[in-house]
Amino acid sequence: MLLKTSGFELSGEKELKMSTIRTEALTHIYSTSTPFESVAINNINIEIDQGEFVGLIGHTGSGKSTFVQHLNGLLAPTSGKVCFDGRDVNSSKAFRHDIRFKVGLVFQYPEYQLFEENVYKDIAFGPRNMKLSTVETDERVREAAGFVGVPESIFDKSPFELSGGQKRRVAIAGVIAMRPKILILDEPTAGLDPEGCAAILNNICRYREATGATIILVSHSMEDVARIAERLVVFDRGTIAMDGTPADVFSRAEELRRIGLDIPAVTDIALHLRELGVDVPECCYCVEQLHDAILKLKGGAAPC
Amino acid sequence: MLKDVTLGQYFPGDTLIHRLDPRTKILFVTVYIIALFVAKTWVSYGSLLLILLISIAISKIPLASMLRGLKPLTIIIIFTAVINIFYNGEGRQLFSFWIFTATDAGLIKAGYMLLRITMLILSTFLVTYTTTPMALTDGLELLLNPLKKLKVPVHEFSMMMSIALRFIPTLIEEADKIMNAQKARGADFETGKLTDRAKALLPLLIPLFVSSFRRADELATAMEARCYHGGEGRTRMKKLRLAAADGIVMSFSVFLLAAIITLARFGL
Repeated sequence: MLLKTSGFELSGEKELKMSTIRTEALTHIYSTSTPFESVAINNINIEIDQGEFVGLIGHTGSGKSTFVQHLNGLLAPTSGKVCFDGRDVNSSKAFRHDIRFKVGLVFQYPEYQLFEENVYKDIAFGPRNMKLSTVETDERVREAAGFVGVPESIFDKSPFELSGGQKRRVAIAGVIAMRPKILILDEPTAGLDPEGCAAILNNICRYREATGATIILVSHSMEDVARIAERLVVFDRGTIAMDGTPADVFSRAEELRRIGLDIPAVTDIALHLRELGVDVPECCYCVEQLHDAILKLKGGAAPC
Repeated sequence: MLKDVTLGQYFPGDTLIHRLDPRTKILFVTVYIIALFVAKTWVSYGSLLLILLISIAISKIPLASMLRGLKPLTIIIIFTAVINIFYNGEGRQLFSFWIFTATDAGLIKAGYMLLRITMLILSTFLVTYTTTPMALTDGLELLLNPLKKLKVPVHEFSMMMSIALRFIPTLIEEADKIMNAQKARGADFETGKLTDRAKALLPLLIPLFVSSFRRADELATAMEARCYHGGEGRTRMKKLRLAAADGIVMSFSVFLLAAIITLARFGL
């Protein structure tokens, strides 16, 4: 008994140090052996640790959506492996089912998945599938709704009566209610107005702070990703083109443009300033950074 | 899993068969099917099979893809064949149990039936595989045009059909997407009792219906915004024209039918 416990603790410790999710030579080919065969992702090797905030960027069709669907076992790799806490996600049917609650995936335009007669039941769909008790489900629904700013007053409404932004919040709450250790969001701000965008991104940050969950944000909007992600992974035609901090990635502006991606407007301005001979750092990607850099220069040249 | 549905899938290509006018293909396959039902013995079946195989070879569609389309229909084909073994009074009795009696004539008939259904399906597949859905409905509309004199809304029917065909892949894709989204929330479509599985379809069907209505509404608005007002006075960008090859194929189809009927008359 004692031995068993210590063994458990040891493996527990090991797991803590282990990366939460890792892919090994992950490759996916759609419609194999038909005239429509296409390689979506090719030989992806990546490790994402617990608590990281990763931004996944890439052009349409670069394979980012295909990639994230492997992380919770929705797609099975053509070759290669996806490991969660060191265990192959596709090792058994039961584990693959289990993993969906640990790796929460919010699809693009998630509002199209709503189906229940009221908001409360829709958010509770995930926890109910986890076979949780009514009390626990209720707690999770309220907590998730709180994170994304869905007021309890609309719990009894039909999800189809809500506005677009509210529908999306409900759909995101439906995934958060499973309390996933890793939360993946595929273009969560697509088609929202700037205010709605900022609110949703804020909610995601709040969820992360409160739970320490890993966040993987798929987006093609550089501005969004640059502001909140700590690590950026750039996809290009099914492979990883860059992987590093936002400062690293945005300092390679030329390369990004060649892939067909935009750089944040602030970075663009900083680059132009440098061309003009103003010595601002190369990798500004936030308004605040450039602001500080310019003030510092000004202070250095003519202290007032 | 939904992507496996190949019904009505078009295989792009530029072969003689791809280039034939859709009307020719529809007429030929109709004649071919009639011939299949007239055919009685291995001589006529053999020649029809030969024609089918040559056509498939010309179209350059891999035989494996053609046969893959047959897979969902295997049960129906085998069922029909087996029923035919027992529902035949003539011939020498092979074995019998309960109310069923199998005869050698029945067995042969079942074999022909198996061949007939398979060839029937493969020949229609060949048409849908080598013709875009749009060309197919255009062809059908033109073929049915005389019915307009009888006040049959031919244009409306063909428009409905082309919209339906156009949206099949869209709906499949959408169903796939919603299914994945619900799976990501732990929905289980694959295991459990039949009643459980039927219930599990609800989270799939409701959003699918909602989005179909939304799409229908959007499409109607888009069509109206472009002044669609039905078939009256509507012209075509791509006019279908019959080429020399079409004439040859049509003449051949008449010859084929005549030949098969003659063969059947002589009991071959």
